[in-house]
Amino acid sequence: MDRPNGFKFVGTRPDRPDGMDKVTGRAKFGADATAPGMLHAAIVRSPHAHAKILKIDSTKAEAMKEVKAVVTRADFAEGLTGENWNILENVMAGDKALYDGHAVAAVAATTPLAARDAAKLIAVEYEVLPHVTDVDKAMAEGAPVIREGAADKSVPDGLHANVVRYHESGHGDVEAGFAEADLVVEESFKTEATHQGYIEPHACLGQLGSDGKGELWCCTQGHFIVQKTCAALIGIEASQLRVTASEIGGGFGGKTTVFIEPVALALSRKANRPVKLVMSRSEVFRATGPTSSTSMDVKIGMTRDGTITAGEGVFRLQGGAFPGAPADLTAMCAFAPYALKNVKQTGYDVMSNRPKQAAYRAPGSPMAAFAVESVIDELCKKLDLDPVEVRLKNASKEGTKSSFGPRFDRIGLVETLEAAKAHPHYSAPLEPGQGRGLSCGFWFNHGGETSVSLSLSEDGTVALSVGTPDIGGSRASMCLMVAEELGIPYENVRTTIADTATLGYNDVSHGSRVTYASGLAAIKAARDVVNKLCARAANKWGIDKEAVIWEDGCAKPAGPNAGDFEPLPLARIARTMGRTGGPISGHFEATPEGAGMSFATHIVDAEVDGETGQTKVTRYTVVQDAGKAIHPSYVEGQFQGGAAQGIGWALNEEYIYGEDGRLQNAVFLDYRIPVASDLPMIDTVIVEVPNPGHPYGVRGVGETSICPPLAAIANAVSDAAGVRLTELPMSPPRILDALERQAHG
Amino acid sequence: MSMVHVTATVNDDEVEFLCDPRETLLDVLRDRLGLTGAKEGCGTGDCGACSVTVDGRLVCSCLMLGAEAEGKSIATVEGIADGENLHPLQEKFIEHAALQCGICTPGILVATKALLEKNPDPTETEVRYWLAGNLCRCTGYDKIIRAVMDTASDLRKAS
Ligand code: FES
Ligand code: FES
Repeated sequence: MDRPNGFKFVGTRPDRPDGMDKVTGRAKFGADATAPGMLHAAIVRSPHAHAKILKIDSTKAEAMKEVKAVVTRADFAEGLTGENWNILENVMAGDKALYDGHAVAAVAATTPLAARDAAKLIAVEYEVLPHVTDVDKAMAEGAPVIREGAADKSVPDGLHANVVRYHESGHGDVEAGFAEADLVVEESFKTEATHQGYIEPHACLGQLGSDGKGELWCCTQGHFIVQKTCAALIGIEASQLRVTASEIGGGFGGKTTVFIEPVALALSRKANRPVKLVMSRSEVFRATGPTSSTSMDVKIGMTRDGTITAGEGVFRLQGGAFPGAPADLTAMCAFAPYALKNVKQTGYDVMSNRPKQAAYRAPGSPMAAFAVESVIDELCKKLDLDPVEVRLKNASKEGTKSSFGPRFDRIGLVETLEAAKAHPHYSAPLEPGQGRGLSCGFWFNHGGETSVSLSLSEDGTVALSVGTPDIGGSRASMCLMVAEELGIPYENVRTTIADTATLGYNDVSHGSRVTYASGLAAIKAARDVVNKLCARAANKWGIDKEAVIWEDGCAKPAGPNAGDFEPLPLARIARTMGRTGGPISGHFEATPEGAGMSFATHIVDAEVDGETGQTKVTRYTVVQDAGKAIHPSYVEGQFQGGAAQGIGWALNEEYIYGEDGRLQNAVFLDYRIPVASDLPMIDTVIVEVPNPGHPYGVRGVGETSICPPLAAIANAVSDAAGVRLTELPMSPPRILDALERQAHG
Repeated sequence: MSMVHVTATVNDDEVEFLCDPRETLLDVLRDRLGLTGAKEGCGTGDCGACSVTVDGRLVCSCLMLGAEAEGKSIATVEGIADGENLHPLQEKFIEHAALQCGICTPGILVATKALLEKNPDPTETEVRYWLAGNLCRCTGYDKIIRAVMDTASDLRKAS
């Protein structure tokens, strides 16, 4: 950390710069844009889980006078390979529809209603094929093959063709470790797929003219990747497409890829008019990325004093009809919180007839934690040990060789456990019928390609351009960091999300990277500006640049030897910059690697109604290491949001497929995310163990908050119900089942 | 299909529009009147992002037809502030960081304003149940509830 004198702005809680726009309805989200002559589009989707597409007949639709274009796979690029091919295949089906909701054609018409009517007139002839949606069934002998030859070289011989990636890691000798244990617990777990559930459906407005130049407006976590991918899928140069990110109504990982954007562009190219495409909620559920569903086996050995002697896990994830389920990340996260002599983890990425999974906050880690932390809880119960003490005893620290390989740098797991232990929640008495659960969670965090620019105005304000869409208040954090460096008021910094033609490449807002990486870049760009400001002052005073320092928003002589000059505030230098050498701006571009791994500990109390199987979370506390909280309110917000999503995942949310392979609950009424009356207040404790890889010590906070809840809630529910729950969600029927099994012993 | 002619009041302004009889009030507000503050999160009455009041009653504008607005007085998020002055709820939402992405915010503001007009002294539980029809995926509701309770208490002190 390089601010020994502490912070002036960082750590305060000013109003966010986009607050006014967002409370007045002025903020422009994906679906809020219009263009002259704009058409509206609708997509035709497969009602079958797996089917050959024999014929698409759009004659009747095209006969409607409102219809201006119809596209099918033939209107997209050919010859793609790798992930671009997968994405195209997902965006618009080729020979086969691979899941219920898979897009097969699209139409653009003069009104949204006409587009919907026209979509109904497009006749698709299918030959229905056998399907599979369950992960265990998809890798079992005889399961229908989703795509021959999709597996890569990592997959050992003899596995079903639907197993497309394989991961194995660990160290030591787990069998020897289990032999040293006083108790070994082995358990199998299943989790259903859940959806990110952002309230804003995907929406975009695209224009691709006959000059080959395109404009795209869309809600996305990363407009640069949208630019690259769309250009590839429709067969133009990326440079010919300018993408502007709208305000984004939630993403949580689900808006890190494209679904409808290439379709809007293809329709626009054909109709030669701008095309707006907005998904309905049921399209969001059926055709955008849910998480993987999982099937997992975990075995852990422990001595009577609470030392873990070995841990072993097998993690099977189905990620829909494409490779890419994060089986490797799931396996790598599973035992990360613990310093283990013997550990082994195996991951299987399995294809099935479901939508292509997408990232959802720390992809894979919550499921892995559910399995591992449940087994640790069971061991604690059976050996009569305190769950915090056991975790403290085994906790990973700086220098620990991690379960996935490298040694940890400075990390804050122990600090979160100590803070949880000291929190009044941990020792508060429970009401009858309530149970308490605790869990740790881990996420890697990410740096990623980043570039920002910062320019000074003559009025003494500065404008920062970043390329990472603001998904949870990051503009406020950027403004705070720049204000800190320049020593000017927070209000004098304006942060804008620049489009793809204005700034160099930026990775997506994912991996909890924005406050870390864009923040680091903003700080460095501000330092670049400070250098230039000092040079102007040095020039004016006729002294060496090295003899000028920047302090409290002013250039000052470095010491008595440098001379005796009045401090020059930023605004004064700015006002005259036109005459003293021209505009001043700073920039920074890098791929920072020190994202700083992140840990959390959650404590939950839950109450289970034995009659109905209904669970109520009665108290919730999140303790997480933020490294350094730039704007604590938005850090707390990330903690609370992750916990709430975890509560939904643990108790309610799931993709329900019928025998026919169709998704049965593609509306919010049936896919029930937590509502205000389901939840308690969510208490937060921000732990700050500085990340050595960031000038202020920042660690990303967005994802780790969803890692512990599944396990913490399962542990609380198991405690309250007196029976171990091993399947998510712990919906009332599953709880009643478990109680029944327990009663009949 | 022939269009329906409708006259209504939106945020105290007289408006006239033609709409397809199948269009919802939300479609009309957003696509015909340019008031994009109300959002479509679901179109099935489950998320509350489209909340408006019609003659003072809180409704999901995605569940009402545009044609049904004839003669009605509609209030949307765009009408909550009094000119340049934000409504206390709007100020408290910013102050308490009661929004992350902000897509649910217009609906939640309209809904909570309606609540406080009916019940100036709600309990936390009452606020939670009143807002049970407004989904927020980002915040876990904690800061939203605090912002509403704090506004209610300020408004009571002021009156
Ligand atoms: S859009 Fe009306 S309730 Fe969701
Ligand atoms: S702030 Fe994003 S949905 Fe509520």
